[in-house]
Amino acid sequence: MSGAEKIQVKVTEITPLNELVTRFRFERVDGRQLPTFSGGAHTVVEMQDGGITRLNPYSLMSDPFDQSSYTISVRRDDQGRGGSLFMHRQVKLGDEMTISYPVNLFSLDLRARKHLFLAGGIGITPFLAQIKQLELLHGHWELHYACRNQALASYADQLTGRHPIETHLYYDDQSQAIDLENLLSGQPLGTHVYVCGPKGMIDWVRSTAAAEGWPEDCVHYEEFLAPQPGKPFEVRLASSDKVIHVGENESLLEAIEREGVDAPYLCRGGACGQCETVVLDHDGNFVHRDHWLTDEEKAAGKKIMPCVSRFEGKSLVLDR
Amino acid sequence: MSKFEFPKSIASRPVWGTLEVRSGEHHLMIAEAEGAEAVIDIATPDLMAKTHLIYIPKGTDFSERLQALNPAQFYEGPSYAAALHRIRRVLEDAHMGLQVYLTGTEGMMGQAMNEVMAVGLPHTAVQTEHRGSVARRMQCVHCKGVTEDVDVDPFVCAHCGLNLFVRDHYSRRLAAYQGVRVDAEDHGNVPEPKGIYE
Repeated sequence: MSGAEKIQVKVTEITPLNELVTRFRFERVDGRQLPTFSGGAHTVVEMQDGGITRLNPYSLMSDPFDQSSYTISVRRDDQGRGGSLFMHRQVKLGDEMTISYPVNLFSLDLRARKHLFLAGGIGITPFLAQIKQLELLHGHWELHYACRNQALASYADQLTGRHPIETHLYYDDQSQAIDLENLLSGQPLGTHVYVCGPKGMIDWVRSTAAAEGWPEDCVHYEEFLAPQPGKPFEVRLASSDKVIHVGENESLLEAIEREGVDAPYLCRGGACGQCETVVLDHDGNFVHRDHWLTDEEKAAGKKIMPCVSRFEGKSLVLDR
Repeated sequence: MSKFEFPKSIASRPVWGTLEVRSGEHHLMIAEAEGAEAVIDIATPDLMAKTHLIYIPKGTDFSERLQALNPAQFYEGPSYAAALHRIRRVLEDAHMGLQVYLTGTEGMMGQAMNEVMAVGLPHTAVQTEHRGSVARRMQCVHCKGVTEDVDVDPFVCAHCGLNLFVRDHYSRRLAAYQGVRVDAEDHGNVPEPKGIYE
């Protein structure tokens, strides 16, 4: 079985925070303790939605050392593929669900002398766990959190209440924005910056930091891509000797799994590299959408990340 | 000729690079001995106007040529130890965006790299270029004493007097290669010392 090891949990708390965001608490069904994790880790939540199995990654936002429960916050995406809508509409108190062991692709670099957190909207969630971890370690951190408006600023009150000096808030509707160039250029040597939010914000932070001469290894970001719909296509899985059909609204990885073929994965968002698959033959064009393969690898057409990438053309043969 | 091509070795052995100009508002260059030539190779008026240059001559005389590059700040220290206080102060006061260039012997680059890492910058962010002496900074695995500028193999530990074999195993933390007793099993059977790369 692929992916991280699984844990059976029940939903013990559902807390709507605002118009868009709801928090879910999970505790183990067998009453035992959950594994500790490190700030920035996510869990993959399995959702049985009619005939479809959805597997969505969510950042763990609870205290990494609290083994009694995990919490995640889910932002409802009405235009999304349905995972967040399922969580908001179908999941009820007491439901049993399957989640994965924590996996961290956005961990703190503890060599840093200072941690600078930049959050956009729901991108605040991994930082909540990282802040708890750093508070325990007496780490030096600072948070700059931008949201659309005060009503949608999840956890802003809690953060300003507990950490009034470290927390800085920015509201779009009040035309407030992070003064990024000055913020970055004023950081002491040995600062690492972490950004979690929309793609535009991540690109903005990465390019500004690079222009100011920040080393790449001091810039950390997390962006889970959701698979995008696209034209249906057929794929031959050579090792399994199967020809499968990938529908418009499912990812290549989901189609492979639907056919009962075990394929490796971890993040399901184009970031971790686990699902990298060798292309044996193709006649057509790849729609590469991951952050894993290099531009050269994408151009070479010898590998594909089936969690988020697609194919358009006559034929595709994978070594799976 | 101050450049030397080190033979391919184990993964533990550091691989030094070639300095190149990086964009940034502040630059710190530490040049030891023939490392001065690596600085001269990349120097432009624009770059040097933003550069704090620290030069440790170690018997060389590049002082005038380096000062003629008009660095924003120039300091000449009689030894690495003498320059260390300044290096620490510069790193302590610096902001992100500082570009660090180290050039000279392996021992100096390793030790200065440690200072940079101590303030939280990853070692991958530091540029290096080996120039000049190929002598190594060695740590005796038996007494833990460090012997500087070792250019023969085997050599005598400056602290405990054992005859040590020069290994390629390197410690980033110690900025030193490992020296292991060469006649541990057959005391007194010490091979004739020769140059490390002979």
